[in-house]
Amino acid sequence: MSTALFLLRKLMQDRSAFLGFLLILGLVLCAIFAPYLAPFPDDVWDLHPTNRLMPPGGEHYLGTDRMGSDIYSRLLFGARITIVIGVVAVGVSLLIGVPIGLLAGYYHNWFSDLLMRVSDIFLAVPQIVLAIAIAQTLGPSLNNVILALSLTYWPWFTRLVYAETRSLLNEIFIESAIALGASPFRVIVFHILPNVASPIIVRTSIGMGFTILTAATLGFLGLGAQPPAPEWGRMISESREFLPDAWWYALAPGMAIFVVVMGFNLLGDGLRDILDPKIRRSSHAKP
Amino acid sequence: MPSPDLLTVSDLEVGFATENGTAKVLDRVNLRIGQGQVVGLVGESGCGKTTLARAILGVLPMPAAHIGGGRIVFHGEDLLQQDPDTVNRLIRGRKITFIPQDPYGSFNPLFSVGDQIMQLMKWNSPLLEESGDKRSAWPALFQPYPRARYRADREKVLEVLRQVQLPQPEQALKKLPHEFSGGQRQRLMIAMALLSDPDLIIADEPTTALDVTIQAQILRLLRQLVKDRGISVLFTTHDLGTAYEICDSITVMYAGQEMESASTEAFFGRPSHRYTNRLLESLPSPDRDIQGIGGDVPSLVDPPGGCRFHPRCDYATEECRQARPDTETLDDDHWVRCHHPKRDASAEPHFAGQDNVG
Amino acid sequence: MIAVVFVISHIIPADPVALVAGETATQEQIEALRAKLGFDKPLHVQLFNYYANLLRGDLGVSLYTARPITQDLATRLPATIELTLAAMLLSIVVGIPLGVLSAVHRNSVFDHSLRIVTVSGLAIASFWLGIMLQLLFSMKLGWTPLNGRIDGFPPRGGTGLFLVDTLVAGNFKGFWNALEHLALPTITLAFPALATVVRFTRAGVLDVIQSAFVQYERAMGLPSGVIVWKYILRNALISTVTQIGLLFGILLAGTVVIETVFDWPGIGNYAFGSILQSDYNAIMGFTVWAGVMFILVNLLVDILHSLIDPRETRS
Repeated sequence: MSTALFLLRKLMQDRSAFLGFLLILGLVLCAIFAPYLAPFPDDVWDLHPTNRLMPPGGEHYLGTDRMGSDIYSRLLFGARITIVIGVVAVGVSLLIGVPIGLLAGYYHNWFSDLLMRVSDIFLAVPQIVLAIAIAQTLGPSLNNVILALSLTYWPWFTRLVYAETRSLLNEIFIESAIALGASPFRVIVFHILPNVASPIIVRTSIGMGFTILTAATLGFLGLGAQPPAPEWGRMISESREFLPDAWWYALAPGMAIFVVVMGFNLLGDGLRDILDPKIRRSSHAKP
Repeated sequence: MPSPDLLTVSDLEVGFATENGTAKVLDRVNLRIGQGQVVGLVGESGCGKTTLARAILGVLPMPAAHIGGGRIVFHGEDLLQQDPDTVNRLIRGRKITFIPQDPYGSFNPLFSVGDQIMQLMKWNSPLLEESGDKRSAWPALFQPYPRARYRADREKVLEVLRQVQLPQPEQALKKLPHEFSGGQRQRLMIAMALLSDPDLIIADEPTTALDVTIQAQILRLLRQLVKDRGISVLFTTHDLGTAYEICDSITVMYAGQEMESASTEAFFGRPSHRYTNRLLESLPSPDRDIQGIGGDVPSLVDPPGGCRFHPRCDYATEECRQARPDTETLDDDHWVRCHHPKRDASAEPHFAGQDNVG
Repeated sequence: MIAVVFVISHIIPADPVALVAGETATQEQIEALRAKLGFDKPLHVQLFNYYANLLRGDLGVSLYTARPITQDLATRLPATIELTLAAMLLSIVVGIPLGVLSAVHRNSVFDHSLRIVTVSGLAIASFWLGIMLQLLFSMKLGWTPLNGRIDGFPPRGGTGLFLVDTLVAGNFKGFWNALEHLALPTITLAFPALATVVRFTRAGVLDVIQSAFVQYERAMGLPSGVIVWKYILRNALISTVTQIGLLFGILLAGTVVIETVFDWPGIGNYAFGSILQSDYNAIMGFTVWAGVMFILVNLLVDILHSLIDPRETRS
């Protein structure tokens, strides 16, 4: 708890990290209170053909789409999809990637080598290509997008945790814990895991942004949540046939994606600065 | 006999921004370096000697460091008041050169020694005055190096490399820094400091990183070379033995203030400041046990008032807590900044409660 | 790597054979086609056959176009290479100087503004950036073409790189036209890569700027231009070069999306189409291309390293 408070206080001091924090907070609030914030909460499903492609202004702050639905309302509900994708995909990646990284780093035998080779391959092929392939074969749906992203993002955690674990094993405090007869489980859970927590937290924040971006790309390519779900990437792809006239149609969802991903990236950068004093941005020099 | 001053530092104040506030690393520091003199600047780690050396060179880490006041007068002109660009062009690296502490890290690992030496010569060669200085015509990176001067400069480089007794100087220029031993690298560093025929060399703990056996050789070489040429040296070190071997006079610093300055002979023979005494007692000697100095080095962010040494001084009085002592001249070239200096080794006053001062 | 992608693409539950055979095909027809394509054999036999053919330079036949994959790849490769090289060049030539300047003037207004740009570069969805650029420069302003590689017939020439081919032929009008087509996709593709280059260069320079040799060079009065652009930069590039692999990953992933947005007839576009059609052999073809690029890029990194760091070759 005190650690969380410490982090929060440090975050307040770093302007850009705090901005990131606020942006994410805003996203979460939008998602929770979408039904109350949205002027036309029913527009996620409803059609109003007479209101098609109305420019921003009046009662439609961000204009309307090809079905005459209020884009602002749809964006607010889209925040829910975005959060679910980010949290579940990164969460599953954590659950797969971290244990594999810890075990492979700790035992370091042929099997862990094999696991690392496999994760290398996942890293060598662009994530988007693998995700497209998986999402396509499983059939386009929100759940399959989440599955595809989870299956392709875990190697990032594995790589990170593996490298950190390998270098921690050379530390004296780990060596002495092993020498004192601590069981492998104890060493991994109580000695190694707390020390790799910082990079994992940083990677989680950046991974959220990255995953949301990839999910939007899949949505854009038609592989994500199916209409009428207000998925942001899909909204952009729908808008293309109405360009250049309905410019707001493409602009608004893109800005939403940008702001959210920016929030996670800023937060991740700030957390890195706070948690890893070696690469702090500050210019304080030793006399 | 006091020689005419080449460089005087007066009331120099330097602060460093830290997370806890400003650290007053130099608190109104004074220093004099005579023509042709080798001046030792001794003190514990963190006492400010390296900061003083860097301040004279004008390479304090900005913007963390901040010069609060004072003067650094070289050849009669205050370096702090001059245009920084002019200082960089005409003085730094030419009239005042530098021998760093770390001969391993101070070479750029990716460039041959010859490239680095000739780059110095390109900008600092003593021949520059004669051939006219046209430094600002081009961006520095693309400025050509005139052929004729290059050849003359290269001859000079080889000559100096022979003087620092570096074997096979021609081949040495083609090598990369990591192909030399530590001692050879420090010989190269000395040579590089001599190339521009400077008036003053700032040597910042130049032997600390070397093996003890090589230290003595390098020190003798350095002293002989500067004495031959009449170059002044500011030599910082935390090792009193090294200072004894090479210096003509010694200034001792403590927690950002200078405490005592004397000729080497007087410094070791008739030390006056209480801190100097304790420092000398901390040297190993067959006559007595080594004495440490009780207490801790004070914080520079919130230093003790008055004399900064008073919390650790056995002779401290209320006066020491309140006011910073003025300098008291004891002798030609020997002054001390202490309210209660030790006047004479034989006539030591009260030893109140002291039973282990040797 | 090929094995893993091969297994992944074959265990996924889709039947391309049925797809190819068509809606009206009978079960016997489908099985006959399956046998003809070799899909009836066990997976490890299929994999072995694939490797054997790969060694002969045979990537199989596209299930969709019925042309050899190698031929499909060959016609599309130059487009992707031209686009990728242009983006890489842009991100490196612009990114490295910006990174250096931002480190040297760190915490200045310039540094902060650049930081906003680089953080945006990694936060912007590249398909959206591409569409926005199209909207502004092609549709509204009419400065650049909307999509494609060139107007009219492609230039004749050996390389397939339109910029090179038109230039060799002395066809400056064609060159300019190809350049106009190339501009927007290149900027879109390069933006995240540029952000990465700036960030790594900045971090590398900040690392080096503290080192003892830089302090020595400053203390000896060398002009700061020489210190920064000669002595610091080369040291900082060691770590930047290591990141080229990462950079290439960004570009490779980018081509899939951006070629789709700009109708760029390259490999990325091809890969996306093949995935939608479950065209195994074509997907494998893209994987082989990604693998070859991976190896080439690592080779390039090694070569650049030994060029920058003379210690590697000498000791």
